[in-house]
Amino acid sequence: MADTGAEVPRLAGGPAGWVSILIPAALFAWFAQFLGPVAAGEVLLIGFDWVPSLDIRLEMMVDGLSLTFALLITGIGTLVTLYSTSYLGAHPEYPRFVLYLMAFMVGMLGLVLSDNLIALFVFWEVTTISSYLLIGFTSDSAKSRRSALQALLVTGTGGLALLAGMILLGQAAGTFSLSEILTMGDAIRGHAHYDAILVLFLAGAFTKSAQFPFHFWLPNAMAAPTPVSAYLHSATMVKGGVYLMARMTPTLGGTEPWFWALIIAGGFTTVFASVLSIRQTDIKQVLAYTTLMALGALTLFIGVGTSAAIKAAMVFLVVHSFYKAALFLMIGIVDHEAGTREVGDLRGLALKMPVTFFAGALAAISMAGIPPFFGFIGKEFLYDAGLEAETARIWITGTIFAASVLMFVAAGIAVARPFLGKLPERFKDTHEGPWTMWMGPFLLGALSLFFGIYPDIPEVWMVGPATDAVYGSDVDVDLYLFHGINAAFILSMITFAVGLVLYLAHQRLRDGLARIIAANPIKFDPGWDRTLDGLRAIAEWQTRHLQSGILTRYIFITFATFAVAMAVTLWWQDVLNFRLDVANELEGLLFKHWAVLLFITAGAILAALTRSRMTAIAALGVVGIGVALIFIMFSAPDVAITQLLVETLVVVLVAVAMLKLPHLHVRTAEPHRPHHALLAVAVGTVTTLVMVAVLQGNLDLRLTEYFNETAYYEAYGSNIVNVILVDFRALDTFGEIAVVVIAALSAYALLRGTRYGTIREDGEALRDTVDDAVLPDPAARSADGEGRA
Amino acid sequence: MELLVAIMVGVLVAASVHLMLARNVLRFIFGLVLISNAANLIIFASGRLTPESPPLIAEGETTPALDAANALPQALVLTAIVIGFGLFAFALTLVYRAYQNLGTLNSDEMRVAEPQAQKPSTAGQVAEKQYIARDADA
Repeated sequence: MADTGAEVPRLAGGPAGWVSILIPAALFAWFAQFLGPVAAGEVLLIGFDWVPSLDIRLEMMVDGLSLTFALLITGIGTLVTLYSTSYLGAHPEYPRFVLYLMAFMVGMLGLVLSDNLIALFVFWEVTTISSYLLIGFTSDSAKSRRSALQALLVTGTGGLALLAGMILLGQAAGTFSLSEILTMGDAIRGHAHYDAILVLFLAGAFTKSAQFPFHFWLPNAMAAPTPVSAYLHSATMVKGGVYLMARMTPTLGGTEPWFWALIIAGGFTTVFASVLSIRQTDIKQVLAYTTLMALGALTLFIGVGTSAAIKAAMVFLVVHSFYKAALFLMIGIVDHEAGTREVGDLRGLALKMPVTFFAGALAAISMAGIPPFFGFIGKEFLYDAGLEAETARIWITGTIFAASVLMFVAAGIAVARPFLGKLPERFKDTHEGPWTMWMGPFLLGALSLFFGIYPDIPEVWMVGPATDAVYGSDVDVDLYLFHGINAAFILSMITFAVGLVLYLAHQRLRDGLARIIAANPIKFDPGWDRTLDGLRAIAEWQTRHLQSGILTRYIFITFATFAVAMAVTLWWQDVLNFRLDVANELEGLLFKHWAVLLFITAGAILAALTRSRMTAIAALGVVGIGVALIFIMFSAPDVAITQLLVETLVVVLVAVAMLKLPHLHVRTAEPHRPHHALLAVAVGTVTTLVMVAVLQGNLDLRLTEYFNETAYYEAYGSNIVNVILVDFRALDTFGEIAVVVIAALSAYALLRGTRYGTIREDGEALRDTVDDAVLPDPAARSADGEGRA
Repeated sequence: MELLVAIMVGVLVAASVHLMLARNVLRFIFGLVLISNAANLIIFASGRLTPESPPLIAEGETTPALDAANALPQALVLTAIVIGFGLFAFALTLVYRAYQNLGTLNSDEMRVAEPQAQKPSTAGQVAEKQYIARDADA
């Protein structure tokens, strides 16, 4: 499959092009060596310790499912990179493109090979981010940027949900190793968190695989260069979600919620997308919607979960990867050579581009499900599994029938329309694309035919082992082209008949659909814009209210948050459940205690309510001295001395500042503020309650005892408070001095500034009138002065 | 006594919150002084109140008396008082300086950094414009 064409000396794209082809080709060859052991039923674990402390091991688990994906990723990757050398090789940013594509490939390989859930998530996000860069590769186009961002936000949000789900799953299972989790399905399904895990995993898978209602990003992602679409939307990116669902089937699957979630989302996406695909006029968009359809069908059949359904899903997975990649690449060649992808413009290119036509036709026949192609086998298996389903048989079969018919039509639109018919004048000079471009679709189309004729090959090496891995036990997979005239065969024949009729009428069908869709009020893409606008509006509203620029409002919000948080915590912790021993509390209370308490309380209330500056200063002084008295009465002489000094300085400084400041009532008369008063009382009450709760608790005296015992022996001091400050916690004290020095320097700088011009109350400018000496640099003078022995 | 101190601290905090919510930044400063005192009292009281037995080691002894007061919160409070004072001195200077430049103590009118469409007072507006003009000159 990996024909890199070494005999061609020059390759567009230069060294970057060679590197981009050789890496996936080499990886493909490396993975191919595992085909034998895996087909024999082995599960290989290859890895090393990554973050041992968190028990995260980077380990590759190579089983049938991951190997099938790995081969598709590297194989189709080789063809796509070969194709890109011609498609984008001349682009000035081509090396950047190669870098993104390689990053994406690494992410995708890691995603399907990781044995560790966390590693899987990391790679999952690597694909999200690199696909963002790839979809937005033509970054000068606003449409491209929007599509990239949309894909990033949708899949990234799903990725976060997935992370949460993985952590829950890891906790439920007690391990993050997939190979271990896969063996404990019953325990997980019976776990209390099963529903939450399921919802979170499906959120990740549905966004990644674009299941309804998260489907809208995928058609938009067609803004990407065609090789990217061919790669991301055939075998890789969007199949990531399918991989996850398939991988989790043994662990999470088989339950009612799993079944219905997947059946409904998958079935709806299938029908919805196949109808919309007919509506499109851009052939790339037609293919994008059929990709949605395929993803829906895969989801649907993984959801059904019977051995036949899993088998059908795995066959269809491989079938779809081949023909979809081929068709995307084909339309890319047409676009590259003819300059348009519009179905209405393209006609009769078959003679001008014979190889491309041939390759596209092979893929399209496979897509339409016509024998003897691989696609026919895929369709037959889907029908078989649908008809065998025990629940919702009509829904499943009907879905697949509708999808197959419309796929037939879409295949016709994608290939018959542009290549057949009379060649218009404008395409006279159109010619075949280079071999590097048609090689990919040609090989993939040929393989679609080859696998249809020799179905044993994919059966033994890919589909069989993959089905075993998903189903969890050996499944008898026997692919065959013709299995007699049975219900599935008859359905196939009806499919072709209806498909042919619809293809002939597809233009009328498209116009009708366009009218219906135009009348439909629910639109996802504008809805997405509205959602983003809404988010922006909420952010603006919140900023306007939280960041109002009004100081009092900031302080209000801060204190209100404090009060609510404290009150909720108190209630939550149930710490207010105590009995107060009032008699004990009042015992031994002397007159001096009462006097101090009353003084401080009165001082505080007075300071809060007075309109006079002098009264306020005096009240502050009363409070400060009262606090100092409390320190004295309760055995803290050093603290009391400091408090007295500081309090004196505070009052002096305020008094000095008053000389230069207006009266409290001047032009800042406070309006009546009942809500402020209410908040003040609330904060005060909460503080009291917290304090009471703290005082009810046990006091941990270990540190105090340590200081008491070691103060004399280790620090040779007998004043324990001083010893703590200058010895045990000397570094803290040093920091404290630094704070005071910085405050002093800042205050000094502020006061220096006043020399250069001031503004009086009436707004008139004055120059050089304020003498620094009026307000002596307060902190500088006091910082060291208040010393504490 | 602890319970009564707790109630008193509640009153102190309520008073200081009310002051700090005022538009006049001088009142805010008063609130700052009060709330520092309240915080210091909380730390002090949470180490329990012990009357008349300071944490000192008597002459000739190697450990303090058994019923000595808890030294640790005292050391913490001492640090807190000094830092609180540094903060207060700086805030007061800031208020003084703001008044010198803006001609107002009303925090709603101090809108140089976050200008609003409608200004609450013309005096503030004039002051602001001059302040900005002077900045531009410098």
